[in-house]
Amino acid sequence: MSAGRTHITDVLVLGAGLAGERTAIEAAARGLEVVILSLVPPRRSHSTVAQGGLQAALGNSVMSQGDSPDLHFADTVMGADWGCDQHVVRLFVNTAPAAVRQMARWGVPWSRITAGERRLPDLTVVEEPEAAAGLINAKKFGGTTKWRTCYAADGTGHALQYALDGMVLSLGITVHDRTEAVALIRDGEKCLGAVARCLRTGELRAYLAKAVVIATGGCGRLYGLSTNSVINEGTGLSLALDTGLACLGNMEAVQFHPQTLPPTWIPVSEGGGYLLDRNLDYFMPHYQPENNKQPYRDVTARLMQERIRAGLGVESPHGPHLWLDVRHLGAEHIARQLRSLAAFCRDFAGIDPARELIPVRSVQHYVMGGVRTNIDGAAYGLKGLFAVGEAACWDLHGFNRLGGNSLAETIVAGMAVGKKAAEFALGEALHYSSALVAQHLAAQEDRVRRLIAGQNGGENVYALKKQMGQILTEHTGIFRTGSGLKTAVAALGELHQRAQRVGLVSSGRGADPELGAAMRLPGMVRLALCIACGALARTESRGTHYREDYPNRDDVNWLNRTLAYWPPGAEKPVLKYEPVRITELTPGKRATPA
Amino acid sequence: MGRRLTFDIFRYHPSTAGTEPRMQTFHLRETPGMNIYAALTRIREEQDPSLMFDFVCRMALCGSCGMLINGRPRLACKTFTGRLPDRITLYPLPVFRLVGDLSVDTGGWFRHVTLKTGAWLHTSRAFESSAPEERMDNETALQIYEAERCIECGCCLAACAKVHIQPGFIGAAGINRLARFMLDPRDERSAAQYFEVLGSEDGIFGCMGLMGCEDNCPKDLPLQLQLAYVRRRMAAAGFGPRGNRRK
Repeated sequence: MSAGRTHITDVLVLGAGLAGERTAIEAAARGLEVVILSLVPPRRSHSTVAQGGLQAALGNSVMSQGDSPDLHFADTVMGADWGCDQHVVRLFVNTAPAAVRQMARWGVPWSRITAGERRLPDLTVVEEPEAAAGLINAKKFGGTTKWRTCYAADGTGHALQYALDGMVLSLGITVHDRTEAVALIRDGEKCLGAVARCLRTGELRAYLAKAVVIATGGCGRLYGLSTNSVINEGTGLSLALDTGLACLGNMEAVQFHPQTLPPTWIPVSEGGGYLLDRNLDYFMPHYQPENNKQPYRDVTARLMQERIRAGLGVESPHGPHLWLDVRHLGAEHIARQLRSLAAFCRDFAGIDPARELIPVRSVQHYVMGGVRTNIDGAAYGLKGLFAVGEAACWDLHGFNRLGGNSLAETIVAGMAVGKKAAEFALGEALHYSSALVAQHLAAQEDRVRRLIAGQNGGENVYALKKQMGQILTEHTGIFRTGSGLKTAVAALGELHQRAQRVGLVSSGRGADPELGAAMRLPGMVRLALCIACGALARTESRGTHYREDYPNRDDVNWLNRTLAYWPPGAEKPVLKYEPVRITELTPGKRATPA
Repeated sequence: MGRRLTFDIFRYHPSTAGTEPRMQTFHLRETPGMNIYAALTRIREEQDPSLMFDFVCRMALCGSCGMLINGRPRLACKTFTGRLPDRITLYPLPVFRLVGDLSVDTGGWFRHVTLKTGAWLHTSRAFESSAPEERMDNETALQIYEAERCIECGCCLAACAKVHIQPGFIGAAGINRLARFMLDPRDERSAAQYFEVLGSEDGIFGCMGLMGCEDNCPKDLPLQLQLAYVRRRMAAAGFGPRGNRRK
């Protein structure tokens, strides 16, 4: 293997999903040269699968009347169980409406309001006035006071991604797809770029830039069961953590999607459905007396898991599940309004939801944690490094993200962080030593060489990965206990040792996929350890982080954010804490909005 | 116990020196609900970790996993082994450049066609962040979305006889993508401007109407309807005075 080319640019963006592309556009619009690296073609990103929609307080429809950024702010902070940065939430809710409208200008076919009678999922009928006709419509999502979720039929993420990718192409932004960043180039205080591996040829290349933006999405695939795309292995998070300088925020805050379809774990949104147990008992009213309330995702997931624990789940080859019933909505409504849900049921479970019950269970869905940044998206600890989207802990979501806020975050944060990264790059000269670049390349070449030669040992990468997924699913899931988390930390610690001793079964030559997996694994186990150690230390329950041995939120001791650092050569993360910023809404009782 | 499945899989890593194209046979015990995604993942993890194939979302939304399954272009994630005989042949999609084994460069193809045809919204109007959005009829939005549902998996191109004999032909996916902008009132291009990119043998007049695209579209897009719409618009534009007789 010979060292490949060195590419030099102003801004380097790792990841071409919505957050990455929106950031790149913002920087390119300021006249900077931008290069995006992406594991896959941008239009294949995990962002494209987002079905639901995007939160922005437009207040257009009847069910949205009176909505405002202030209400969006309160919903987001309460949803987060006060674990978020309110300074960031304010910026976000104020910018989201313009961001949505800008996406309309770039081609997103947002669903629009039609004047006249409108039948809602709960079968009530409302009247949309003529004055609202043609404005962007909104639908209901859990945990919001008003109907605020803007959508493009049933494929919002797809529509957004294609519109943004069109902009990226029209602006002439360079995209190197099938390219995976494997290490950040840095000089001890500043990030200077990344070493990347070409997934077509296996070649290693160096990319140098004045500003580097991590936009690699989440790390759901650490878990054995997840709704995430198979590429969501948290590489960007690992790269930042492995510098020893940057840190990860709130890694223990992991969201589980209440309703996913076994065995593929595709999320199926409720859309006015009822959750039933094995006795076909509609159990949610027992917990949520007011039918109209759609509880937070973490609450629903816990109630469902409790039901299964009580022996009221339905046994299946893929584990126990509950039922989702949408039959009362009628075949026509399902075919028209729930087309994706119907297609998933038909294509992946052989079910007709108009006539049959849908099996559902909660699995990992989203990580609120990520590379800890300030409000500008600048990473703590390393100058010139930024992070955005699910890869970042900008800290919009705290300990529970509201549905639709992640899609909104990608484009809103993309605007904000893209601007700040560009400003940084504009005020910066690129100073690097070729010896430093060569040293970073050589270190990665050495990793590759040792893996191919089997010099580290003979552990199997896929077997270890499977074990990691099982440990996380079992002990750092919806319910957590001190003893389970201790077990997880010990088991993951051992796995971390073994992950250093992986040997390849295949030759490792060229774009060998096993080599890629082997290079990723140790970093993934470190992320898993950040989750487990953070969860063990946090002796309270907040949002999705639910400790059975500490079932209450503890604002006296834990109204703070976990920062996980990984010093070079360490076996465990070093945890530090910083206070959560409270600017407008002091912590109070968390209740689902009606 | 499930059936014993036999997979005959095309193997070739063109960028790795010293490899030759060949077929390789693998055996797997069928499990409940097994699709080609699950089968290939197991083959890679348990039998041959060098096997290259593409999956991202594994829910028929990202368009990564198009391949020839028993001769037909299909999305591997939504193709269940239970509906196939116990011997399954897998080839990479034709038309696209081979990356390795079952992995092809659909992304590069679509990027090229998008650039060649300017397949993004063309508007001269600047965005004003404080102004309310421009109105659009919901029926129009839904019509645009219907064409926009294409996931660029490449199955229509692999199934298109014309693409095989005329590599410059942009195929149903390319034409459908432009139809999406022709339908969009926000796009400022005229019929004559569209004619420049579509009114040729590589564009809409290259289609022979064999319908392989629509027959094999995993998203059930009404591709022939879109092609007919574009053909009519382009014929009118081409024959009209300066292409503007009919809009």
